[in-house]
Amino acid sequence: MYKIGVIADRDTVLSFKSTGIDTFPAVDETEAADRLMKLVRENYAVIFITEQLAEKIRERIDLFRDKMLPIITLIPSNRGTLGIGISDVKKSVEKAIGVDIIFEREGRE
Amino acid sequence: MEIRVNPTRMELTRLKKRLVTAKRGHKLLKDKQDELIKKFLDMVKQNKLLREEVECELVGAFKSFTMARSQMPANVVEESLMIPSARVSINIRKENIMSVNVPRLEISREEGKNLFPYGLANTSAEMDSAIRTLSAMLPKMLKLAEIEKACQLMADEIEKTRRRVNALEYVLIPQLENTIKYITMKLDENERSSRTRLMKIKEMVMQG
Repeated sequence: MYKIGVIADRDTVLSFKSTGIDTFPAVDETEAADRLMKLVRENYAVIFITEQLAEKIRERIDLFRDKMLPIITLIPSNRGTLGIGISDVKKSVEKAIGVDIIFEREGRE
Repeated sequence: MEIRVNPTRMELTRLKKRLVTAKRGHKLLKDKQDELIKKFLDMVKQNKLLREEVECELVGAFKSFTMARSQMPANVVEESLMIPSARVSINIRKENIMSVNVPRLEISREEGKNLFPYGLANTSAEMDSAIRTLSAMLPKMLKLAEIEKACQLMADEIEKTRRRVNALEYVLIPQLENTIKYITMKLDENERSSRTRLMKIKEMVMQG
């Protein structure tokens, strides 16, 4: 059995409390990075992290990019989305195919 | 560019065998790459749609949650959310898509009796609806996590395969072909020189 965790700022964390997944408030990037490493060690399979925090601890998150577990997924916080999540999807298209054919098509329409 | 070898018949057969293997490997890898890209494109389209959907819905849910909080004193909010009503954990299976291991999540949820972990007296109706949306969002968020991971892993694998295909196509196969050509030419040359030698000797013997 694996666990699910959320790392987010205090306000966002509060909204997830009632959904039954483990919530971890983090104020700044050092706290978020420490928490992330701790969760990885503690058998968390899915870790949601807000884009605001993820932006600052990019290298830590990229460490787990090519591993099957844990799955680290970016979510918007209650202050809205920064578009990092969607640009990551775009990046994997570029990596795989060389050019971005999915998002570009949309731009032309 | 060619590989340094002795121009002998044995080397030639060996190299020809290697060339056949390399070509077969190249074809197989190329097929794998095509199939991977096909699967990847399907999946990444799903990923994009799902992400847009999840982001949009989450932002909406956060908004209503913030609204709900503003109508209640902070300590009441904290207190009412202290104990979650459900426990969610997941099981993970591995699935093999074209030799890439991707995770598949199965959610198991221990529902409490009530979706809301608090009494209805002190909390606002907005809070209820925000919590209901967020709980309903969770499976979708996990689906997004699963698909996004699969896309990342597949992108890595496609890159790796492409590198291998290119190495075979542009380095190893031309190298082998050149070397085979070099040996054939060298052997022919040897044969010609020995024939002239023989003819010369024959001539000398005839004269003598």
